[in-house]
Amino acid sequence: MSAIFPFSAIVGQEEMKQALLIAAVEPRIGGVLAFGDRGTGKSTTIRALAGLLPAMKVVQGCAFNTPPDPADDASGDADRPAVAEVPVPVVDLPLGATEDRVVGALDLERALSSGEKAFEPGLLARAHRGFLYIDEVNLLEDHLVDLLLDVAASGENVVEREGLSIRHPARFVLVGSGNPEEGELRPQLLDRFGLSVEVRTPQKIATRVEVVKRREAFEDDPEGFRAAYADAEAVLSEQVVKARAGLAGVAVPDAMRELAAQLCLGLGTDGLRGELTLIRAARAWAALDGAEAVGVRHVKAAAPMALCHRLRRDPLDEAGSAARVERALAALDVEG
Amino acid sequence: MRDLPGDGAEDGPEGEDLGTAWSRAALAAALFAIDPAGFGGVVLRARPGPVREAWQALLQGLIPAGTPMRRLPLGIGEDRLLGGLDLAATLSAGKPVVQRGVMADTDGGVLVLPGSERLSPATAAHLVAALDTKQVAMERDGLQARHRVRLGIVAFDEGVGPDEGTPDALTDRLAFHCDLSGVGIRQVEPGTVTAIEVMRAAACWRTVTLAGEGLEALCRLAATLGVHSIRGSLLAVRAARVLAALDDRRAVEEADIALATQLVLAPRATQWPEAAPEQEETAEDEPPPEDRNLSDEVDSEPNDQALSELLLAAAKAALPPAVLAQLAGGVRRGQGGGGKAGQLRVSALRGRPIGTRRGELRGGARLSVIETLRAAAPWQPVRRRAGERRVAVRRDDFRVRRFKDRTETVTIFAVDASGSAALTRLSEVKGAVELLLAEAYRRRDQVALLSFRGTGAELILPPTRSLVRAKRALAGLPGGGGTPLATAIDAAAELARITRRQGPTPIAVFLTDGKANVTRDGHGGRSQAMDDALAAARRLRADGTDALLIDASPRPRPQAKAIAEAMGARYLPLPHADRQAVALAVRDTADGVRA
Repeated sequence: MSAIFPFSAIVGQEEMKQALLIAAVEPRIGGVLAFGDRGTGKSTTIRALAGLLPAMKVVQGCAFNTPPDPADDASGDADRPAVAEVPVPVVDLPLGATEDRVVGALDLERALSSGEKAFEPGLLARAHRGFLYIDEVNLLEDHLVDLLLDVAASGENVVEREGLSIRHPARFVLVGSGNPEEGELRPQLLDRFGLSVEVRTPQKIATRVEVVKRREAFEDDPEGFRAAYADAEAVLSEQVVKARAGLAGVAVPDAMRELAAQLCLGLGTDGLRGELTLIRAARAWAALDGAEAVGVRHVKAAAPMALCHRLRRDPLDEAGSAARVERALAALDVEG
Repeated sequence: MRDLPGDGAEDGPEGEDLGTAWSRAALAAALFAIDPAGFGGVVLRARPGPVREAWQALLQGLIPAGTPMRRLPLGIGEDRLLGGLDLAATLSAGKPVVQRGVMADTDGGVLVLPGSERLSPATAAHLVAALDTKQVAMERDGLQARHRVRLGIVAFDEGVGPDEGTPDALTDRLAFHCDLSGVGIRQVEPGTVTAIEVMRAAACWRTVTLAGEGLEALCRLAATLGVHSIRGSLLAVRAARVLAALDDRRAVEEADIALATQLVLAPRATQWPEAAPEQEETAEDEPPPEDRNLSDEVDSEPNDQALSELLLAAAKAALPPAVLAQLAGGVRRGQGGGGKAGQLRVSALRGRPIGTRRGELRGGARLSVIETLRAAAPWQPVRRRAGERRVAVRRDDFRVRRFKDRTETVTIFAVDASGSAALTRLSEVKGAVELLLAEAYRRRDQVALLSFRGTGAELILPPTRSLVRAKRALAGLPGGGGTPLATAIDAAAELARITRRQGPTPIAVFLTDGKANVTRDGHGGRSQAMDDALAAARRLRADGTDALLIDASPRPRPQAKAIAEAMGARYLPLPHADRQAVALAVRDTADGVRA
């Protein structure tokens, strides 16, 4: 594995970074989709997130990333399981992965050698409490995407195969990326991602120069480059930790719920998922902001990424969905 | 500066004319050999033949001895590409044994892809993932393994024309795009870089620095030429640094930047800046006078300007005149399709795998090794007691794969863009295509569009299910001119044949008034044109392609109906063809095909 590019050294792509940070603070957001041009650093940004998140505590040697039971800790039992600190998993789902590797399957080795029926956990178990990243999500088999979204929504992986009947918790943030020119995602799947961002090539020359400069510096000396950004990474990491701790304490005023409802009504999004996601995202953004309550600016910042992909598609409307969200925001005429 | 055959001027950047496509490809080979993984690779458009072999021999002579160089067969399965279960070893050892894939075996070396234009999207995605993460991740067959891979890719693109090409996701990551299709064996010359120079440069190029202005000039030029992906700029910067190292310098000079532009940025250009034409003319033949500014480093502002123009001139020299004309005309260069499906196994047993079942190995059924082993696993202790060998697999255990046959369709629109009614007709067809595509991803169907007018038919939109791609292709579709119906039917039939070879079922939809007035060889004459069209229609029918002919003329005439009958098509007079009606008719026909 090559060294990871620091998250804080990524130039531009604010919306994508914001969406990923929100998902890191509020995993219930239900996944992030980053769709856009080639060579815009989608994969780099998502992989960089792994370096940013603080280590988590797990029961040592547990294949399911089980957190230590606080009751065990308090009891002071001598035979309580050992606890290890591991980095938050960012598990890559390689294209072409078979279903058995994703959900887990019969442990072949043990079955063949001892005839024992044992469960071998799959990628979903490894991704528990972390991130599951699928590059080129639009090229993944539909039935696998369906399965992943089901597990992501329920937080539980249910395996019924080869005479095994197993269920284990699998709460992870699904991050998908892709290029719309290679085929689009079915609307049913699109709708199930919590946040969606469109990634574009930076147009400013200065930005492009900076991107190239940093990338070359990183490739020339990965360790030195990481060291140079260690402080910035620590600050950002701290911000995420604080936001996670403070999330429950961030108030959501009724006025903000109303604003979200009006916005969704105005845009004609189907179902209530849009509103729910919008409020959750705005709240997480407020927590990252260090605010005590969700404000108009938080809702405004979260609206495009929470709603864009939920709009009814009108193939004959030339204006992009981002523009439509902007228009709806402007129509509500609220001061941020 | 490198001495390249065909160099116009002896020294200095002014006369930088890189000469032939061959010399550029030879230089690309040298740079690639210096850092295969860093540059990602080379896309070389060339048919198999002596020229391509000469290039490969040149590359082989430059990369250090002992570097693995492997060919990737086109139809490679994932088990060989990524690694998988080694069946023989597994059965003899009684436990799963992992076999490394071709990519892992090529670590530190070069992977050669012949016929890369037929690479399947899935294989391309695996290659891309390996280039990005520098590792191969295998998660299949109940096994998992990760192998470090640093590899460079040589993609031999055997495509013809702009519609056939290596998948974009891959070409974007490969630094050098060379075209040797017009190069004859006589133009092949020995390379100017030696293996020793390559080794020296490989050791020191990381220490070469590129000053701010050079970096900025490259990025600006990339934006000017419409090279949207940042990777273009990144790879150009790297090429400039390596070029300086090859010349034993520690700082990048303008000449390196100019060369890097020619090698990396020029082939990626999707647009050409609007400049005064006469200025471009001078750039073609002789160095523009502005370039003289380069020598005086007094003020930076005009110097920047001059550098940009120098780079532009360099880029221009590297582009064939035809491409240049296309770019200047504001036409987006046809980028390689999203990976052609390649030669799929043609057998009754293809399609989407939908699981396995217990079954006999006959009729070409494909054994699912893993499921079979799984089925056998629980019985091993019992069978061992019965005195069998390590892993006992019996006929009962056999599990065969089941597939669901594809019912995917590709709707090929052939739209008559001739005459005065063309504009409204075209806009309605565009609407219909978009409507069909908007619902296509529900059914995973694809749409293609041919337009015919004047003397020929043109593929406007290769088969796609991407609305984004379609919208871009459909914007600014020209109309007017004669009606070369025969040519259009031929083109549609050819596309249908290609489609069928790749798996999906083609449906041809013609939107015309049936008034053919251009013959197959491009001449006028109504009766000959009509005869040609009827002959072409009969051939389409012989292929067994389902067709629909929508007669869009204000007063339906017998000619259109006659052609529809000749091609065995449904005939539908729609004097006011609107998008909804067209979409509906196509949907009906497609449903008929599926049923």
